[in-house]
Amino acid sequence: MPRLPKGPPSKGTCMSLISAQHISVGFGAAPVLTDVSLSIQQGEIVTLIGPNGSGKSTLLRALLGIVPLASGHVTRAENLRLGYVPQKLSIDRAMPITVRRFLSLPQRATDKDARAALKRVGLAAMDAAQMAQLSGGQMQRAMLARALLTDPQILVLDEPTQGLDQQGEASFYRLIEELRLETGAAVLMVSHDLHVVMAASDRVICLNGHICCQGAPHVVSSAPEYRALFGLGTQGALALYQHAHDHVHDGGPVPAGPAPDARPKDAFGRSPTDPHYGHNHA
Amino acid sequence: MLDDFLVRAALAGIGLSLATGPLGSFVVWRRMAYFGDATSHAAILGVALALALHLPIGVGTLIVALAMAGTVSTLAAKGWAMDTTLGVLAHSALAFGLVAISYVPNVRADLSSYLFGDILAVSRADLAFIWCGAALVLALLIWRWQRLLTATLSEDLAHASGINPSIERLALTIALALVVAVALKIVGALLIAAMLIIPAAAARALSRTPESMATIAAFIGAQACLGGLALSLWQDTPAGPSIITVAAIIFAASAVFGRAAQR
Repeated sequence: MPRLPKGPPSKGTCMSLISAQHISVGFGAAPVLTDVSLSIQQGEIVTLIGPNGSGKSTLLRALLGIVPLASGHVTRAENLRLGYVPQKLSIDRAMPITVRRFLSLPQRATDKDARAALKRVGLAAMDAAQMAQLSGGQMQRAMLARALLTDPQILVLDEPTQGLDQQGEASFYRLIEELRLETGAAVLMVSHDLHVVMAASDRVICLNGHICCQGAPHVVSSAPEYRALFGLGTQGALALYQHAHDHVHDGGPVPAGPAPDARPKDAFGRSPTDPHYGHNHA
Repeated sequence: MLDDFLVRAALAGIGLSLATGPLGSFVVWRRMAYFGDATSHAAILGVALALALHLPIGVGTLIVALAMAGTVSTLAAKGWAMDTTLGVLAHSALAFGLVAISYVPNVRADLSSYLFGDILAVSRADLAFIWCGAALVLALLIWRWQRLLTATLSEDLAHASGINPSIERLALTIALALVVAVALKIVGALLIAAMLIIPAAAARALSRTPESMATIAAFIGAQACLGGLALSLWQDTPAGPSIITVAAIIFAASAVFGRAAQR
């Protein structure tokens, strides 16, 4: 894999990789996103949560330039290397394509880099497999390997664990966290489950057409806005994926609730304690 | 060597196959079969236009095929129900073309050569046109190959990699119009789409990568042309339909034996 490892950037470098200023998407009576501003800094893990139709995927797609903006604008760092893992990739059976060939689209990857990337995501022996025959989890990992080959500064993942069982979800999150430490890439991810986010998230953004609240996971879970939106189902507890390395949690989500000391250490030593930390509303 | 009409016919078929193999693969991957039908049926309208305006047939066909392919792409981008729209356009183009051609005097006798091709009458000039057109299509596809494949796999992935899927769609649209103009003389307006789809579909069962499928499709197309010519000579059958018949037999064989071999 190209240029490993870089490690997280040192404290104090605060370069924004990608940011949105007051963006709105969709016109007329039912805009999908209204006046959303956010910015992703180097090396941070940001998780987007929100109910169905809250515009999570749309926000990602707007940041990537796939959907047109009704207003506002998106700024990217110059020559930003971005690795995108879409929600799902439906490969038509009419198209023969091996995992190895897929990794070389559109940038050709050397065999050595391709092997390293596949090994890193746990698909070491799968290079000759047909993409159409991969399982959901293998497909996610293949797309992740492809994204890694561009040596990304930011990984953008759209509901990467949808359709995975709890064990698959836990190990995918663990992989993402390790990759962040190894490469120093920022991670922007949509979680398909309102109540489950990666414990390693530096910031959780709660979206419902606009940004309701954001901050560290335990802070968001106790924010009144979050409770108002999602509080009914799980009494407001935001389940965090913990994977303490000294014992096993059955691979499942652990409803940790507000338990700040249970969080892994923030790579930057930041400890956002205000629910409106980083809040961009004027 | 080029004096022999059979040699010219064989070369014309091989030239066409070089373009229809890779392009036909995209038609299959992107499920554009009906799109190919609409564009190739419009070729008859192009023939009428060329005859009325005293243009070369190739030029008239190219213009109308481009217009039709552009219309279909635009409608698709606007979210029209493509199955119905393409059905309407494909058959209307053919009907309008046949009606328009009936107004041009002294063509009725030649009509079947436009519908089913006339590969045995390929002249040196035709051969030059066919090879230039095929080379152009092939060059276009090779130039944009990586981008075309990425956009075919997923428009979102393409966008995120800085590729504009609309431009790749336009490239394929232009390539399709060129192939229609090139293939008219060989297999005729009614069977151009078959020449695109059948060799590519036959190649599918035998391939593991997009590149191998495109190459094998070109090879199968060339074999079908040669086999069709032989059949036509031996049984005195019409050449265009004979080519497609052979292609269909190759497809059936690959569907049976290719699948079996993969298991």
